[in-house]
Amino acid sequence: MSMNLFDLPGPRARARHRIYAVVGTLAVVGVVAFVIFRFADSGQFDARRWEWIEYAQIQRDLIDALVNTLKAFAIGAVLALIFGAIFAAGRLSDHAIIRVPSMLVVELFRAIPLVILMFVFHYGIGLGAPINSVVLGLMLYNGAVLAEIFRAGVLALPRGQSEAAYAVGMRKTQVMNLVLLPQALRAMLPAIVSQLVVLLKDTALGFLITYEELLRYARFLGSQAQFGRPLVPLTIVVAAMYIVMCLLLTWLAHYLSKRERRSKKHLDLEGPKPEEVQLASALSTGA
Amino acid sequence: MDVLLDNTDIFLRGFRNTILLFLVSAAGSLILGTILAMLRVSPVPVLRATGTAYVTIVRNTPLTLVFFFFVFAFPLLRIISQDDFTPFLGAVIALTLYTSAFVCEVVRSGINTVATGQVEAARALGLTFGQSLANVVLPQATRSVVPPLVSTMIALLKNTTIAAGFSVVEAGAIRDYLSERGESVLIGLLWVAFLFVILVIPLTLLQRALEKRWSVAR
Repeated sequence: MSMNLFDLPGPRARARHRIYAVVGTLAVVGVVAFVIFRFADSGQFDARRWEWIEYAQIQRDLIDALVNTLKAFAIGAVLALIFGAIFAAGRLSDHAIIRVPSMLVVELFRAIPLVILMFVFHYGIGLGAPINSVVLGLMLYNGAVLAEIFRAGVLALPRGQSEAAYAVGMRKTQVMNLVLLPQALRAMLPAIVSQLVVLLKDTALGFLITYEELLRYARFLGSQAQFGRPLVPLTIVVAAMYIVMCLLLTWLAHYLSKRERRSKKHLDLEGPKPEEVQLASALSTGA
Repeated sequence: MDVLLDNTDIFLRGFRNTILLFLVSAAGSLILGTILAMLRVSPVPVLRATGTAYVTIVRNTPLTLVFFFFVFAFPLLRIISQDDFTPFLGAVIALTLYTSAFVCEVVRSGINTVATGQVEAARALGLTFGQSLANVVLPQATRSVVPPLVSTMIALLKNTTIAAGFSVVEAGAIRDYLSERGESVLIGLLWVAFLFVILVIPLTLLQRALEKRWSVAR
């Protein structure tokens, strides 16, 4: 991490770096200033376009939309964790008749774009209220990714752990529940939480199938002529909401991994860590 | 099968646009992502902070929201003239900006996997920051960068479908045309899903093969 790609700068390098810093700052400030100027110039900062914030009804509706987003997130997260646990167990099974179908299901749902999945449920099959399709899509897609994370977490444990457990006469279920899972969960926790961040971001896809979440409300209010079509102000507000929610979750993941590293039960794993598997497979997916 | 064969024109047009969208944004995000990664490891604190801020903000914003901004709100700012603006352009900008944050993280963690001794040796030989990065670190980082990069590109390919909700005619939008023609939407969507599986699986296999082959050497 703290890899030093450069020497401790001498006087000339320091002067050069100062020039880079000035040029860099100017460039960044220039871009930001240009964007703000365009915002102001096209009247996005006019008081008229921000008036909507003062209406109690709109505040309530905005909170309702936020609650809808969080509702889809909460239900989707619980279902995805359950789905992931079941299919990870399936993929780790000793019986090919369970292992192969689980693998196919997991690979299938990881390969289909979440949007298409939601379209199939909402427009194709017609599951009624949009939230059903949103939650089902979130469960299948993120559940499939979580299954891979769980599996990688269990496989990353040193072989000695399960060998020792078998040697003292435990059964397969006991080995998994009493020895492997408690250690694996500890190591996987940060990766699981980051996948939940992805899930939270994916709830915004509900916008595409008319689920009444934050973006849909922003679109609706943003086209109201009586407030001067405040689409840009609304986008800024909604973006801030999403960023704060995701950062809180990310911060939780950081906190957990830090606490885990300090703990006495910490185990240095060999082989790919769950986080790496996730970086390779999941972190960048979704919306 | 009939749904696919009777509407080949829509499917072809949809997937052609999807692939075009993918290629343009992939090229853009690879370039921008690498530049951001270089900023994030550079000796100048201001540039490092800029890179970090960009990555933090973009990675914590839903892609749908980025699309929302660049397709609906961006034209209101009149940075480019209304006539030049097409939803396709908005989609390319949104996908490029979003994906480049992930490319940046992949490249940066790849740079960190190169043994410290390599950089120290390069510095001892008197190479500058740019030289040691371009001639020593990045070529060695490729090995650990490419497999996760392929995954990022797979994610990008799947993410292009979001553009369907923002009036870009691509694979996700095939549904609208099918329902207009009175075809079965479900079967059409299943075909779209199937074609995506066909597109994604070779990439997944490539990624696994690269991972296996290159992880041994280290």
